[in-house]
Amino acid sequence: MNQFKADLHMHTVLSPCGSLEMNPSVIVDEALKQGLDIIGITDHNTTKQCKVVFELGKEKGLVVICGAEVTTKEEVHCLTFFENFEKLEKFESYLDNYLPDVPNDTEMFGHQVWVNREEEIVGEESRLLISGIDQSIEEVEAKVRSLGGLFIPAHVDKGRFSLYSQLGFMPFDLKPDAIGLSANVKDEFLANHKELENYTLLRSSDAHQPDLIGSHYSIFEMEHRTFEEIRMALHQTNGRRVCRTV
Amino acid sequence: MKVSDIVKLLKLKVIGGEEGLDNEVCGGYTSDLLSDVMGNADEGQVWITLQTHRNVMAVASLKEVAAVIIVKGLEAEENTINQSNDEGIPLLSTDLEAFELSGQLYKILNP
Repeated sequence: MNQFKADLHMHTVLSPCGSLEMNPSVIVDEALKQGLDIIGITDHNTTKQCKVVFELGKEKGLVVICGAEVTTKEEVHCLTFFENFEKLEKFESYLDNYLPDVPNDTEMFGHQVWVNREEEIVGEESRLLISGIDQSIEEVEAKVRSLGGLFIPAHVDKGRFSLYSQLGFMPFDLKPDAIGLSANVKDEFLANHKELENYTLLRSSDAHQPDLIGSHYSIFEMEHRTFEEIRMALHQTNGRRVCRTV
Repeated sequence: MKVSDIVKLLKLKVIGGEEGLDNEVCGGYTSDLLSDVMGNADEGQVWITLQTHRNVMAVASLKEVAAVIIVKGLEAEENTINQSNDEGIPLLSTDLEAFELSGQLYKILNP
């Protein structure tokens, strides 16, 4: 088995809170500089910047898995990932369909733009991307499942926008592929949530600016850097696992 | 004052948990963070929220609140209504926003 360093939660220039410097080439170069083998691109409620990062990563030997950080109706942030662009595009139209028509205040949040590999702006989202979509956490999970994706509640230990802050406890019928922890998770939190022992716990940077990429990460033990291997590692099957988080 | 009195005075719709309409009401708590309600709501309070997830009724049961009122005419999920019936805790609904409803409930409880 091989060990791969993965940071599966970060934002690009497209997220309203993402720094303007978070363009595809900076993300890929910084990830490689930090010794990362795999990154996840997870903008708020959109996947539109994924493909360029994926392509640049592929050229430079960095595996990029594509998805979004969805804000559910309950305002729970959940990471989602998809195996290929066909599935990603289906999920993009789902997000597009349920994102409320609240305009982005560019003075407050900046411009929500996506760029090409030359860092030229190719589009702008006019609706505020950090709104909650009009779908419950169970509905989002079901949509991800129908597309064979990965569903991971994000930073569950945080006091806002987390599964525990918004819903009090893990909903009975939720079946996440893994659980995301924040950069600053406390031992006390894990001691108080014994139910999390049944899950693979991931740490990641949630970087909104280049110098935070890779500041937290998870080590995946698996054969190759493929989507299915990552799924196996999260479910600790066939000898694959996440062996360490930093 | 009973939950049924509040239903009449505030013109609320009963969408579940009718068997709890005789519950005594001793106050109210308005919050949409279930973690906050778990930490701070008291037994016998009426809980006002816009959350409609099934976990609302589980928290309501844990805290032994008198009733839950969902604001803004939002529709509760089916399993939320089912759990309200199972727990016997009234699930009520209003078209008002949380601010207005909380103000009206406060006036009724503190005449």
